[in-house]
Amino acid sequence: MRKLTAATAVAAGILAFGAGAALAEKLTIGLASEPTSLDPHFHNLGPNNAMSVHIFDRLIAQDEKQRLSPGLAVSWKPVDDLTWEFKLREGVKFHDGSDFTADDVVCTMERAPDVPNSPSGYGTYLKGKEVIKIDDYTVHFKTEAPYPLMGNDISTIPVISELGCNSATEDFNAGTAAVGTGPFKFQSYTPGESIVLVRNDDYWGDVPAWSEVEFRPITSGPSRVASLLAGDVDMISGVPTTDIATLEGNADIQLSQGVSNRVIYLHMDQFRENSPFVKANGGGDIKNPLMDVRVRKAISMAISRDAIVDRVMEGVALPAGQLLPEGFFGVSDKLDVVAYDPEGAKALLAEAGYPDGFELTIHGPNDRYINDAKIAEAIAQMLTRVGIRTAVETMPRSVYFGRASKGSPEGLPEFSFILVGWGAGSGEASSPLKSLIHTYDKDAGFGSSNRGRHSDPETDALIEEALRTVDDEKRQDLLAQATERAIENVAIIPTHFQVNTWAARKGLSYVARTDEYTLATGVVKE
Amino acid sequence: MTVFIIRRLLQALLVVFMMSVIVFFGVNIVGDPVYMLVSPDADQADIEAAISRLGLDRPILEQYWLFLKGAAQGDLGDSFIFGEPALRLILHHMPATMELAFSALILAIVIGIPLGLYAGLYPESRMAKGIMAASIFGFSLPTFWVGLMLIMLFAVELRWVPATGRGDLGSFLSIQSSLFTLDGLSHIFLPALNLALLKISLAIRLTRAGVREAMGLDYVKYARAKGLPMRRIILVHVMKNIMIPVVTVMGLEFGSLIGFSVVTETIFAWPGMGKLLIDAILQLDRPVVVAYLMIIVLFFVLINLIVDILYSILDPRVRLQDQGA
Repeated sequence: MRKLTAATAVAAGILAFGAGAALAEKLTIGLASEPTSLDPHFHNLGPNNAMSVHIFDRLIAQDEKQRLSPGLAVSWKPVDDLTWEFKLREGVKFHDGSDFTADDVVCTMERAPDVPNSPSGYGTYLKGKEVIKIDDYTVHFKTEAPYPLMGNDISTIPVISELGCNSATEDFNAGTAAVGTGPFKFQSYTPGESIVLVRNDDYWGDVPAWSEVEFRPITSGPSRVASLLAGDVDMISGVPTTDIATLEGNADIQLSQGVSNRVIYLHMDQFRENSPFVKANGGGDIKNPLMDVRVRKAISMAISRDAIVDRVMEGVALPAGQLLPEGFFGVSDKLDVVAYDPEGAKALLAEAGYPDGFELTIHGPNDRYINDAKIAEAIAQMLTRVGIRTAVETMPRSVYFGRASKGSPEGLPEFSFILVGWGAGSGEASSPLKSLIHTYDKDAGFGSSNRGRHSDPETDALIEEALRTVDDEKRQDLLAQATERAIENVAIIPTHFQVNTWAARKGLSYVARTDEYTLATGVVKE
Repeated sequence: MTVFIIRRLLQALLVVFMMSVIVFFGVNIVGDPVYMLVSPDADQADIEAAISRLGLDRPILEQYWLFLKGAAQGDLGDSFIFGEPALRLILHHMPATMELAFSALILAIVIGIPLGLYAGLYPESRMAKGIMAASIFGFSLPTFWVGLMLIMLFAVELRWVPATGRGDLGSFLSIQSSLFTLDGLSHIFLPALNLALLKISLAIRLTRAGVREAMGLDYVKYARAKGLPMRRIILVHVMKNIMIPVVTVMGLEFGSLIGFSVVTETIFAWPGMGKLLIDAILQLDRPVVVAYLMIIVLFFVLINLIVDILYSILDPRVRLQDQGA
């Protein structure tokens, strides 16, 4: 077994405890999904990023609502159109005692995009950025064009020491290189079994309340709940929606819920005259009605978001009228959730020339989002009620996403009408606008997940202008305008925002995060 | 015997090769692993880079040829997800599965055979009927459900043992296993029992059928006429004769315990190979799936060989030779 102990870290922890710094309290957390590595630059994946927050700080931190706040950088601002200046925090030490300086930042930004064998790296966030050391506590990021999202991008990159920069992924997993500046230090890692961290008593920020934290991956939902009930773990992430009602009635259990940055939405084929899964009544060919904005609007009006939230999601979701829930940067305050209006939908369909509707197939994953297959079924029933006879086909995500992205014989999206979700990792509206709404443009890297191939030059122009606008207020307005226009054109149909649920033993609660991360620092005693 | 073993090993190689063809091509026509790996934030260029880094842009035959070349040198490819050699990953998870399978097998033998013997000797007794009825449950209840019920009863209600996970490791004769610590034993009890239930039922039924048949045979009547004590007749003569089917089936079942303890490992969050396999399948980690199945095929071949050798010890009439060898 690969179980290595950083003896020094333990010794330091014990010494600090002996000095009476804080009470020794251990926290055990059952995780729904396991990180694939402790190398913070190995795999850009939610569970990995959440785990690395404990050990490695970022230059800019994201709080529980994904707002940016100073991390290892105390300030960041553009000094000219093409340069951002980051002032670094002084007096911060890595877990091995070495000082944190600009050299660590430079080598971090060089290593992050370029880790051997990485399944999905961090190059996405560092493209076109050059980092230059000015002095020990100042760095400049240079870009080729004005770049307002510098802060959001940099907040995704965990900072490692020069020791880590010269280490391989295996060294991080063994613990020898898992040396950061974060609130917790590495103690042991046994893949599939446990990750144990101990408190960093010299942390520059708030020293955590827990002296030791053990994370245990328990991927099966019912077993995770049972482990909590049995007292094996103090808290679990990803409570299955079917168990929420039972747990609410349990006096020994405390639930914590919060809306996430993940919107569940429908993409419609808007680029093929003959769409493979849209048929005339009776199965004959038909000119793709989804290209008509009235038809798309009718579909949106035919869907009762409240019914989806109440019945399918058992109340654990929020109806969605745009790409991100309120409170996020770039959302519009003019957009309401589209009201359920089956009669209006029928009238619109008739106006568009489809008084008797047509036939459609909705495709969706069955193991990716909370209750995904059930949502697809509910939507199909609602559409059938207004005359669009809708069949449902769901499949495992391993098959679904490949086909939905490029499954047709020409390498284009295979389906006509799909259920998908999008989590805005950057925590602001440009992320979904750029990837889902903007015209598919391979060379510019726009519209990479635009599987309906919606295309509207005016929306594109707004998005591109926002991505050039450094002034926050102006950018906020541009993003909101782009969102309004996209929703007006029914580029996509948002249905709901996922709400995540954590459950803990009585006396503990969790500060729910929009990025769905499970962090030991967010577990508070009441 | 040596010739026999060499011959069997050569056959094994052929089986493994055939298996590699079926598994490699089978796994490669399902789904698209790239979309399971890349972050949603990745743009089109990132996705293409990932495809070419994994070698998925090459023709399938070329991919298979590269796989064979690597396999000949003991390299079954790197996991897409962990970036580590698939073989090493599987070997890391093997001890946990082995100890679970071993514990389940022991439970099946020490519980199943005595109960089966009793049920075979006194088929009309109430106890025997109870045993047989219970064994039907062992066969028919789904492992998934039984596992959860065991957790609810022993871990949540009674709080005797932990619900999930593997306990502390102990060391004995330089073997590291959770079987050597109290904490480890308390963790392994439920998953081992869950995994063993079906095998216990199987052992009961096989033993019972064998005993009932043997008790009516001439050699038993003769032994009784000769005045041998019942104890000796059963333990020496009957047992020896009924053990052949039991050993065969239990041997093969041991293979399936190791290879396909997927459900039990998932429910009990047991960090073994089965858990690794199911995760690899769900995330389309093709190299791990292929390497895993290759290893399991090898296992089955080896277990069959061991079973054949045990036959010849149990029954001297069985010669370890192929026809015409």
